Amino acid sequence: MIELVSQSRCVECNICVRVCPTNVFDATPDGVPVIARQSDCQTCFLCEAYCPADALFVAADAHNHVEVNEQQLIADDLLGSYRRSLGWAPGGSPAVLHDKAHVLRLIAGPGVIG
Amino acid sequence: MDRSALELSTDVLVIGGGPAGTWAAWNAVTAGASVILVDKGYVGSSGATAPSGTGVWVIPPTDEARTKARTAREALGGYLSDHDWMNRVLDKTWHNMDLVEAWGYPFPREDGTAVKRGLQGPEYMKLMRNVVKRAGVRILDQSPALEMLVDGDGTVAGARGVQRQDDRPWTIRAGAVVIASGGCAFLSKALGCNNNTGDGYLFAAEAGGELTGMEFSNQYAVSTAFGSVTKTAHYSWATFTNEAGEDLDAVHDGHHSTSTIARALLQGPVYAQLTRAQGRPEIQAFLRFAQPNFFLPLDRSGINPFTQRFPVTLTLEGTVRGTGGIRLTDGSCATTVPGLYAAGDAATRQLICGGFTGGGSHNAAWAMSSGSWAGEGAARFARSLGEQHASRSVSGAGGAAAADPDAYIGGVQNEVFPLDKNLFRTESGLRSSLGTLDGLWRSLHHRAPQASARDAQRSREAAALVATARWAYASALERRETRGMHRRVDFPTLDPLQQHYQIASGLDTIAIRADAGAPPVATREPALAR
Repeated sequence: MIELVSQSRCVECNICVRVCPTNVFDATPDGVPVIARQSDCQTCFLCEAYCPADALFVAADAHNHVEVNEQQLIADDLLGSYRRSLGWAPGGSPAVLHDKAHVLRLIAGPGVIG
Repeated sequence: MDRSALELSTDVLVIGGGPAGTWAAWNAVTAGASVILVDKGYVGSSGATAPSGTGVWVIPPTDEARTKARTAREALGGYLSDHDWMNRVLDKTWHNMDLVEAWGYPFPREDGTAVKRGLQGPEYMKLMRNVVKRAGVRILDQSPALEMLVDGDGTVAGARGVQRQDDRPWTIRAGAVVIASGGCAFLSKALGCNNNTGDGYLFAAEAGGELTGMEFSNQYAVSTAFGSVTKTAHYSWATFTNEAGEDLDAVHDGHHSTSTIARALLQGPVYAQLTRAQGRPEIQAFLRFAQPNFFLPLDRSGINPFTQRFPVTLTLEGTVRGTGGIRLTDGSCATTVPGLYAAGDAATRQLICGGFTGGGSHNAAWAMSSGSWAGEGAARFARSLGEQHASRSVSGAGGAAAADPDAYIGGVQNEVFPLDKNLFRTESGLRSSLGTLDGLWRSLHHRAPQASARDAQRSREAAALVATARWAYASALERRETRGMHRRVDFPTLDPLQQHYQIASGLDTIAIRADAGAPPVATREPALAR
């Protein structure tokens, strides 16, 4: 679930408030949005993709709150990592251009069905 | 909610802004209709497609390729798919993928030619938002619908809802409505699915519509035990093991068997490791580009999936990957209710998939095809009414709502999440669950007053979950065989005498009956009786 709105990185654009599909954030009068309804977070990571400041962090756990440490996330190069992997960060090109899913399907093993 | 209502009028109202809804909106506006598109969340991030990556059922128009494509999954689907519908979906998808390229989607290229076989959700849905906006569609984000409006003849005439960030109601009069609100994954947090709570099924049924194929509503997807990413394609590179490290030997008929994994999960923890890509850096790089988000929960937990095993579970995706949904009556994706159209996961996908879909491919093709037809059909219907449609006398069709949504949501989840209730179905288990669900339905309140927009949304979502689970289990009870994803422990084989669709109708009392066959692909003239 969403665990961090970085106070130092946030540029107060409120894009996360607008784009979150499950309306997790609230805008605030003094600027930095707050995580108002954390349990509604569906852990889709899209707020990170749209954040222009790499100020958000969605932890892997979809069901339970976990503590995160901003300095550690920065040290581990995790802030903004999803945006970069999509090629949406400044200077990036869409990762879609490098998509080899069609090649993978030809050589992949058994899918999960039935 | 004390703010005054937003009141609007339009030719076509589209509910839900995923792929089906955006294709419906674009086709309706291109046909000359005025269009409003409302979404519970944000058009671009909302729905099962936006956070995902998916292959698309796009097949070159040659007889050989098309024949192979039609027959490939026929047995898996239990021989319930329809060739006429498959053909027209294949034609429409082939055409629409050219449009996606023309609109600027960055397809990978090989030898100078775009390779149009898949779509990455974030890129695709960002593009579709821009496409419908440029075409003149008015978008209302964060504006969940709550009920249909119907006129004195029972024709759908718009909808009501709330703008949850402004805490005010909206009322939109429309000449026709397209329901494209997705399937129902019962708030399981399957990737991108938590807005998909079966609302559209409830709206349609309250207006007099019917459901079909609701027994095909028990698709489960492999995900990490702690995470939300229910993307299963990469597990084709996996080995599954139990706590003791023994290989589950889950491969049967060339596929990992969900039921083998499920039976192991009922005994204890199950783990996966992408062993087939171990020590193959080029494959690992391909996998990362193909589905970046598959790796997010793993990277963020310090797990290297190629060298370490990680705990997995099966997460219910309900009718998002299931094939049940609103029953269509003709090729324009009309429903049994005049003025109401349905598309995408909200509509049944039995017509092209029967009782099973492995993943995004057919569903993505269905969304863009059925969305296109529903948008065109709704525009035609609205035009047939003329200007007078907005002056009709209308009333809200909505009813049941939960005063304590969390209790109802938990109550439904207790009946639909457990593998031994919903994946391995039995008559006694289904009857027991239905008894509980019927009790929940009877205790819902009619038009419970709501303090806030969020409360109004949640109370109706809870009602939709209860209703969807009841249609699913009532249909499952009636299908006394194993076909497609519907698995009856007490009837473990396919019965040729039950090779038909099942129709579910009703709210307080649910009736199940056999359907005569697939609807015609031709479009009836709209509203001739008017």
